[in-house]
Amino acid sequence: MATGVFSSGRAKISERTLRTDRWWLQPAFTVLVLFSFIVYATFRAFENAHYFVEPLISPFYSPCLSTGCVTGSSLLGQPLGVYHIFGMMISPSLFILIFPLGFRLTCYYYRKAYYRSFWFSPPACAVAEPHSKYTGETRAPLIMQNAHRWFFYAGCVFNVILTVDAILAFRNEHNQWGHMSVGTLVLLANATFLWLYSASCHTCRHTIGGRLRNFSAHPIRYKLWTYVSILNHKHQNFAWVSLFGVALADLYVRQVSAGSITNLYFF
Amino acid sequence: MARKLNLRIWRGNSVDGGLQNITVDANEGEVVLDVIHRVQAEQMNDLAVRWNCKAGKCGSCSMEINGKPRLACMTQVASFEEDETITLTPLRAFPVIKDLVTDVSFNYKKAMEIPAYEAPANLKPGEARMQQVDVERSQEFRKCIECFLCQDTCHVIRDHEENKKSFAGPRFFIRIAELDMHPLDTLRNRKQKAQEEHGLGMCNITKCCTEVCPEHIRITDNAIIPMKERVVDVKYDPARWLGSKIRKRDGIL
Ligand code: SF4
Ligand code: SF4
Ligand code: FES
Ligand code: FES
Repeated sequence: MATGVFSSGRAKISERTLRTDRWWLQPAFTVLVLFSFIVYATFRAFENAHYFVEPLISPFYSPCLSTGCVTGSSLLGQPLGVYHIFGMMISPSLFILIFPLGFRLTCYYYRKAYYRSFWFSPPACAVAEPHSKYTGETRAPLIMQNAHRWFFYAGCVFNVILTVDAILAFRNEHNQWGHMSVGTLVLLANATFLWLYSASCHTCRHTIGGRLRNFSAHPIRYKLWTYVSILNHKHQNFAWVSLFGVALADLYVRQVSAGSITNLYFF
Repeated sequence: MARKLNLRIWRGNSVDGGLQNITVDANEGEVVLDVIHRVQAEQMNDLAVRWNCKAGKCGSCSMEINGKPRLACMTQVASFEEDETITLTPLRAFPVIKDLVTDVSFNYKKAMEIPAYEAPANLKPGEARMQQVDVERSQEFRKCIECFLCQDTCHVIRDHEENKKSFAGPRFFIRIAELDMHPLDTLRNRKQKAQEEHGLGMCNITKCCTEVCPEHIRITDNAIIPMKERVVDVKYDPARWLGSKIRKRDGIL
């Protein structure tokens, strides 16, 4: 039976949309960028090489938790062993990527982005979606989106670790402190973008003060809430910038580690 | 400076109808509603259109202009190219009555399903006192002019007639948020009701409501997502649930 804009009783119009602008541009662009990122991240997660070169570590591999990690790369020790599937060693990246991946998958902004661009639900506003049934986030698996806050907490732990990585990059190749290179800047920028992404998160906004009913009784949380709200307004921008940041930081470490570029030192 | 405007207007009723082409004069500074009135006066005397204020404040003239839900009285003719044909249709999420007029009574039914404000029992009328910071957040939602453009564009019901029974829609999520954020409201199960009865979980935060709102209410960011987080507090967060049992409160201060 016809549903949606073709339901009986509604104005009889055969077009799925009468929009005349290029509404498909944004979803197409989102698919292109997200897909490229996924391809690159998958390649790097499985590559299991070129992720560490004193004093830099790639954000895809930190913390490196397995005994298979290269010497010096394990900030938090090596509690995990080396495991194989089909004769291939499981890359240490795979043990940790689930957390940032879950964080972004359940992010309110990315949800909008992929529901629209990948699932066409809807592809754009006032453009009829192709699905005959729709239940939103009311049942499995999408009801799991409600777990976003746990990924937010995990994301904050990762931010701390990656910030420590950036601080450790104020050393030279011989582990002596007081140096700074392009790599230091790259890791610092990456950590900053990640903090901005987390601080502007809707769950952060809710936790810091959004859940309160009486701001007047909590002046400090109210103040913090107003700051987070300002950042929250830009959450979409931080989501993209931090995504590019992670990929570029990884690429930089990879190229230095593979010897194709030199990590220039300022001092 | 007058110009000729090519229009394509949907004419018909709940059984049948179609788009009709027409050319009409438009003067500088006019809005689409002005032009519709000229069509009505000069060429289609029985064209049905709903309007009241011509100032973007009554929410009556909602329709779809080139496929986008908009207020006809707030859409400048000058925003279209000289050679562009402007398509005017009624709202496509609601049953049509005639031409550009739809039956939006769905929204009034939904409005009645939302429990009203409940004042504290010990307060007599006129005794309520609130601080500005405590009501500021929900004042944004009071700007709503009930044009129902957000309801019209929401794919949950626009694309799925069968969801209408279980989904209140963005206009009413801001109403629920307003009451749940109210410093004095005493009804404590609004969050549960939002999820279980008003279909908050069906919204997938794709933000079309926010995109079309003529009052620029940030429906998704400031009402729907905060409500979703509040629902997690009471329904999906075991830590907070436990805390609320121990400390005997609803999790919201
Ligand atoms: S954000 Fe939610 S309520 Fe708003 S239009 Fe999208 S699905 Fe509907
Ligand atoms: S929230 Fe905005 S779009 Fe929705 S009915 Fe109110 S004014 Fe109209
Ligand atoms: S990270 Fe995007 S909403 Fe939390
Ligand atoms: S006529 Fe009142 S909003 Fe357009």
